[in-house]
Amino acid sequence: MESDAELLARLRDGDEQAFVLLVGRYQGALLRLARTFVPSDSVAEEVVQDTWMGVVRGVDRFEERSTFKTWLFRILVNRARTSGVREHRHVPFDPTEPAVSPDRFDRAGSWAEPLVPWESDVDDRLVAAAWGPVLRAAVDGLPGRQRDVVLLRDVEGLPADDVCTVLDITEGNQRVLLHRGRSKLRSVLEGERRAREQG
Amino acid sequence: MNVMRRRADLVCQQAVKLVNDYLDGALHRSERRRFERHLRACPNCTAYLEQMRATIAATGRITPEDLSPEARREFTELYRAWRADDPTPGDDQSD
Repeated sequence: MESDAELLARLRDGDEQAFVLLVGRYQGALLRLARTFVPSDSVAEEVVQDTWMGVVRGVDRFEERSTFKTWLFRILVNRARTSGVREHRHVPFDPTEPAVSPDRFDRAGSWAEPLVPWESDVDDRLVAAAWGPVLRAAVDGLPGRQRDVVLLRDVEGLPADDVCTVLDITEGNQRVLLHRGRSKLRSVLEGERRAREQG
Repeated sequence: MNVMRRRADLVCQQAVKLVNDYLDGALHRSERRRFERHLRACPNCTAYLEQMRATIAATGRITPEDLSPEARREFTELYRAWRADDPTPGDDQSD
């Protein structure tokens, strides 16, 4: 698979195939991210289309001080914020919400039931393939900013600093959101494993 | 009098709150030591940490959905239109 940098170089040469490949790579992530900022799917689609136009027209001036991905997501968030629509209010943040349900622990604060290691699952290609759609749905089900942070950090692989810049959140906020989001994904996979063992 | 008393050992419920910062290298040294001390004595939290690593790795392997042939055509046409239509100077695409 060609890297973003290679596709970017082809895009600078006016290669329309490279453009379509980049769209294919990022369209889903852009739509998901846009949707947190705007109130409807159709506005999200407009914002994403506008973002791609920004890429085509701005690519000659892009100096690669950041990666292509970070640049792309920043354009999207800027467009979404200035799309004339009020930012979608995200789910209020409950700082006391625990990452792991308190009923998993006994009175002393130790795990009430033993946890099993997952090494065998990770090595099992079939299991790993089954996790894909489950995780995709679980990421989509995360509340607003948690979804954005997990999407950018763990699905798209942006470094923490870039995530803070793109979403305009503090480092501390980023860490809390990521912690919550990852914890939920872990518990979804745990439920998935349990269902498989019983089924 | 022992004023430099070692901080109390973590219980599991406290330890799981530190897992993500531990993985991100965001714990202070003393906190990291305290967390690792707990891990050495606790197979459950060790399993939890490992499950979290597996979750993160699996999330990183989610692949983008394929574009439909219609979307592919639509974006090819849009690209041609945008290229033909001269870029506006002073657009906000600085990096």
